[in-house]
Amino acid sequence: MSMVEGRPKRQEVRERVVVRFAGDSGDGMQLAGDRFTAATAAFGNDLATLPDFPAEIRAPAGTIGGVSAFQIHFASRDILTPGDRPNVLVAMNPAALRANLGLLDRGATIILNEDAFTVRAIQKAGYTSNPLEDDSLDAFAVKRVPMTSLTQAAVEALEDVTTRDAQKSRNVFALGLISWLYDRPLDHTEAWIEEKFAKKPHVAAANVAALRAGWSFGETSELIDVQVSVPAATDVPPGTYRNVNGTQTTALGLIAASTASGLPLVLGAYPITPASELLHELSRHAKLGVRTVQAEDEIAAASIALGAAFGGSLGVTSTSGPGMDLKTETIGLAVMLELPMIIIDVQRAGPSTGLPTKTEQSDLLQALHGRHGESPIPVVAASTPGQCFDAALEAARIAIRYRTPVILLTDLFLANSSEPWKIPDVGELPGIDPHLRTKPSGPDEPFLPYSRDDDLARAWAIPGTPGLQHRIGGLEKADLTGAISYEGPNHQRMTDLRAAKVAGIEVPDVEVHGDEDATLLVLGWGSSRGAIRAGARRARESGAKVATAHLHNLNPLPENLGDVLRSYDRVLLPEMNCGQLAMVLRAKYLVDIESYSRVEGRPLFAPEIEQAILERTS
Amino acid sequence: MSTVETTYTKADFQSDAETRWCPGCGDYAILAAVQGFMPELGIPPEQIVFVSGIGCAGRFSYYMDTYGMHGIHGRGPALATGLATAREDLSIWVVTGDGDALSIGGNHLIHALRRNVPVNILLFNNQIYGLTKGQASPTSERGKVTKSTPFGSSDAPFNPVSLALGADASFVARTLDKDKKHLAATLRAAAAHPGASLVEIYQNCPVFNDGAFAELTDKDHAALNQIRLVAGEPVVFGPEDRRRAVVHGADGDLAIVDLAAADEASIVVHDPTRENPALAFALSRLASHPDGPTPIGVFRDVERHVYASDTPPPAVPSAEQLDGLLHAGDTWTVA
Ligand code: SF4
Repeated sequence: MSMVEGRPKRQEVRERVVVRFAGDSGDGMQLAGDRFTAATAAFGNDLATLPDFPAEIRAPAGTIGGVSAFQIHFASRDILTPGDRPNVLVAMNPAALRANLGLLDRGATIILNEDAFTVRAIQKAGYTSNPLEDDSLDAFAVKRVPMTSLTQAAVEALEDVTTRDAQKSRNVFALGLISWLYDRPLDHTEAWIEEKFAKKPHVAAANVAALRAGWSFGETSELIDVQVSVPAATDVPPGTYRNVNGTQTTALGLIAASTASGLPLVLGAYPITPASELLHELSRHAKLGVRTVQAEDEIAAASIALGAAFGGSLGVTSTSGPGMDLKTETIGLAVMLELPMIIIDVQRAGPSTGLPTKTEQSDLLQALHGRHGESPIPVVAASTPGQCFDAALEAARIAIRYRTPVILLTDLFLANSSEPWKIPDVGELPGIDPHLRTKPSGPDEPFLPYSRDDDLARAWAIPGTPGLQHRIGGLEKADLTGAISYEGPNHQRMTDLRAAKVAGIEVPDVEVHGDEDATLLVLGWGSSRGAIRAGARRARESGAKVATAHLHNLNPLPENLGDVLRSYDRVLLPEMNCGQLAMVLRAKYLVDIESYSRVEGRPLFAPEIEQAILERTS
Repeated sequence: MSTVETTYTKADFQSDAETRWCPGCGDYAILAAVQGFMPELGIPPEQIVFVSGIGCAGRFSYYMDTYGMHGIHGRGPALATGLATAREDLSIWVVTGDGDALSIGGNHLIHALRRNVPVNILLFNNQIYGLTKGQASPTSERGKVTKSTPFGSSDAPFNPVSLALGADASFVARTLDKDKKHLAATLRAAAAHPGASLVEIYQNCPVFNDGAFAELTDKDHAALNQIRLVAGEPVVFGPEDRRRAVVHGADGDLAIVDLAAADEASIVVHDPTRENPALAFALSRLASHPDGPTPIGVFRDVERHVYASDTPPPAVPSAEQLDGLLHAGDTWTVA
């Protein structure tokens, strides 16, 4: 408990809190959010985060287009989403306030940098009157903190510190203040600052001074009269944890697949938002043997992955949006060659350039069907930042075991948002045996590259294997020999074999959670898992009976899915597209699935799912 | 492992797939020359890979008893780049055509050359689309009448050697399907070169563009028009009674003059190892089209950084390394 000359501040305990840091893209909001997240994770809360970047790299400072935000949801119980409506908004300038005000409920707290509300800055943000003076903020608890001048005062006595250094430390002042507000110790953050600026001691000193000044302000100022504590979560399974976003786990899953299969990892990629982050992440691990190639275009990126696969590597290509269109031709070749290959689509809002920094799930039908000819492909979708690890491993397992390209669908929301992740035990990861052919099956027996095993996977021999030289290509293959064949009946047979192989892939049954006597099932796929589960949990608190299920394998679908769907009176399917999975399932199972579709460039929120459930259960 | 050195013969490189080119196609001669040359490399067939694109030339990979991939239109260099990234131990050859390499695959070609990927690219240039039955290609001359250009092509053609030099290719050569010896010598030089090599092979398509290279290959004209580039030799050509020389002119230009009239000091002495590609480029510009004196041979053969030569080949992380990676950064333990 903190004390001000014997006068205690009010303390409040809350189960969960959502804080949003917002400022100009140059204000360091991502860093403040990141550090607050690290301290919160170390403290023992469950959490989920979501950064929100501006689309323009260098939008003019102080404008709405240049606002960057970072949201964190943390709690003393397990949580499922980065939160919808912030309890506290930290606004570093008028533009940040204006851009984020719509997210707040009445009564929410706004902590703003009063110094930034100059006449010019207010105009730049597009306000016609000063929001601090008119009645537009009446519904909120507004805390006006002169952050710039307080930071300046805190650091000016330090040696070698310039006004610029002081300016750049404002975000750390805000971080100190929020750390006090939620009773997070500073030692974790201070240690990080010392390490990060070890070579620039004056910058480290300025940051530590600003951080402590923010904390002290919270403790001493009468402006903020309550300190909130969110106790550590107690329902967390034992284990070692780290905070990860979906990009990191996708990369880790791919590297784990390399270890598990004994196939070196080669990534071909072309810069594109938001998938570039995966290229960056994997490029950092060259020392471990991971190879990344920044290709001349998306087509080459896919071809490099396939060429590497032909050579016996785990070939991976990653992209977003229009990049997926360009890779299609190579994916078709991979279908014909029957070589393992992973195509990662970090989905963003389309069509065309669309909203490159906003999330969507609208590439599902493209992943399932977007190629010429009959070219079935397994499709796997990740559901949470941590689950991207399992999804990447699953994609690799299918690709290698069945010799097929696999599309792994993630999205921008998964790639950027983070959550604590229980680090898996390497010894318990399943092995993936590539079953490479190493010698002819008998003397004078010709190698048959299109002979198949029980899974219908074809025989795979890589260059360098003596006696197994063979040629493969995009022309239709004769059964068994792989020679060119223009025969109609052979084409029928090969088309059927390729389809049967993919249809026969072993995938786990879909699991149903929730009330046994529910008549409504909410089915989801991809990143909406958290919102659906949280929405259902809230609806249950209001007395609704509801079950939920989530798909990770979209082709082939789990064998029990038809029975599951048919055992409910109503099935609701929320998706960030115009009902793509709903269409597929209606066609396949003849079940009257209701679609809940939103394409607003944001993740689905728990309250809207709760509402949709309540409307269908009462 | 056997210590006996195995020797290979042409037959070791002949697959049993039936060749399907039109009778008289220049591709047959090239295939025979390549199969005949392969044993010289002393590399076992399983260590050799032929990657091809789409077009008549694309079928080439099926006919070599090595590993092979018949890829997609224009993407041969990109597929080969992936293979070269994965496997530094292989001898990789790309077979492509003028449409494949210079039209739909132009981007991949220039980037493979820029990166200096260790692959040998054989560009069969017949100045026409053959497999799709006779449309103008990016090397067809202006005015060419084809099915897609019934009133004559209005587009200017590429000169593949100029293009490759512009992309800073470290090895660029031109040879002829009909000159077995020159073809084999050129392949030999390409194979010996570290990094990417581009070999343009003038290839006759008797069906859709017959005689496109007659000025260089017909008995009557060959001696007159072939400018054979030989390292260390002055660039002179033509029959005894009509010797001509390539000489330095004004502004870095080259000119063709009668040898008798040439000032000896101004005659170009060929040096493919010259770092500066300007002279090689000027040589490539002597003929905008093979209808008169045209240089053949190695234009450029220089050493520069080879793709991925400073990184170890891709490897599989050990379980310990993976465990370390999974636990990197801030971690905490819940008991
Ligand atoms: S069309 Fe021309 S290039 Fe093609 S196979 Fe026939 S002759 Fe050869």
